[in-house]
Amino acid sequence: MAWQWFHRMGSPRWFYEKFAPWEKGLAIIAVILLVVGAIWGLGFSPAERLQGNSARILYIHVPAAIVAMAGYYVMAISGAVGLIWRMKMAFISLKCAAHIGAVLTFLALFTGALWGKPTWGTYWEWDARMTSTLVLLLLYLGIIALQSAYSNQEAADKTSAILALVGSINIPIIYLSVKFWNTLHQGATIKITGESSIDASMAYPLITMILAYYLAFAWLMIAHMRAEILQRERKTVWVQDLVKESE
Amino acid sequence: MHPVRKQRLIIVLFIVLGSSIVVGLVMWSLNSNLNYFYPPSKIAEAPVGKAIRAGGCVVPGSVVQAKDTLRVDFVITDGVADLAVTYDKILPALFGEGEAAVMKGRLNEKGVLVATQVLAKHDENYTPAEVSKSVQNDSVDRSKDVEICKGLNYGT
Repeated sequence: MAWQWFHRMGSPRWFYEKFAPWEKGLAIIAVILLVVGAIWGLGFSPAERLQGNSARILYIHVPAAIVAMAGYYVMAISGAVGLIWRMKMAFISLKCAAHIGAVLTFLALFTGALWGKPTWGTYWEWDARMTSTLVLLLLYLGIIALQSAYSNQEAADKTSAILALVGSINIPIIYLSVKFWNTLHQGATIKITGESSIDASMAYPLITMILAYYLAFAWLMIAHMRAEILQRERKTVWVQDLVKESE
Repeated sequence: MHPVRKQRLIIVLFIVLGSSIVVGLVMWSLNSNLNYFYPPSKIAEAPVGKAIRAGGCVVPGSVVQAKDTLRVDFVITDGVADLAVTYDKILPALFGEGEAAVMKGRLNEKGVLVATQVLAKHDENYTPAEVSKSVQNDSVDRSKDVEICKGLNYGT
């Protein structure tokens, strides 16, 4: 009985119907938190001692980078579940995580470049943190390319699952790059153990934004997965019925 | 677990572990080459005659600005060794004494780094301007800045 939810999750129809209210609910909460966090961080949090107002981009940059990496785990675990249990939903989740993860990684790299110019004096340097994050973007783009490279969806799913698993070592590398090697990018500010080196007046809007990005990720995943279900199950009776109803 | 699934699980673990070990070995063998800059105490390991990057904390009180040109001389340290640097272009806005910086250039015969590029390396601390002002009013000494510099990772 304990595994019932797991088997249910494997049913595209069950997922499509069950998660319709989740999509709406998460959308509302995520958008509210994003707006609150952005106004708080960009408008009301104090300017940084040395960097002044340019440090405010951290409210966009840091959550994007965190969720971009978390998204890779969602994608790699989906790939593993897909390969082991041959679940349709796992492969759908893999594809959708790749799309959202790629956008977030691009956002992290782009805002990082904009932030780098006024603080470091350069848009881009090939240090370990930046290079490994570029590799993350290339992995995401590789999965997206693989998905459309095959005419057979099953072959595309299996190949992209293997690529996702092979690339999973990149996530600890990105995370630890600033510890292992000396880099231009600074070390971690928010520490899991020990005191974080950010003032509370800036930490609260940042935490709000991180939470908002996670919820937005969940919302976009559900929305994208539901759309992907309709696309992949378009020949089934229940999708045909849905189309007839809406006409 | 069904034996077929168990076998697939083993294959999945093999893919993840295998690729991780391969990448890990590559990283391990490349280790020092993945560093972005040399700290002053390891500058002897840097290739001679090639453009290198050095990084460290700008020693408070060491910055000498020429009166008629953009030329600026300063000393960086990693707490173990010092390195003199000379530069003749505009410094980044965040460059300052007691802050970290990374510079690219060649060592001259006197062992001074003639920099062609200086980048400011900021630390992971975020402090509001107001808080910092009140701290500075209480104490004039720059021990706080040196402390910030100490926390930086120079790879030593």
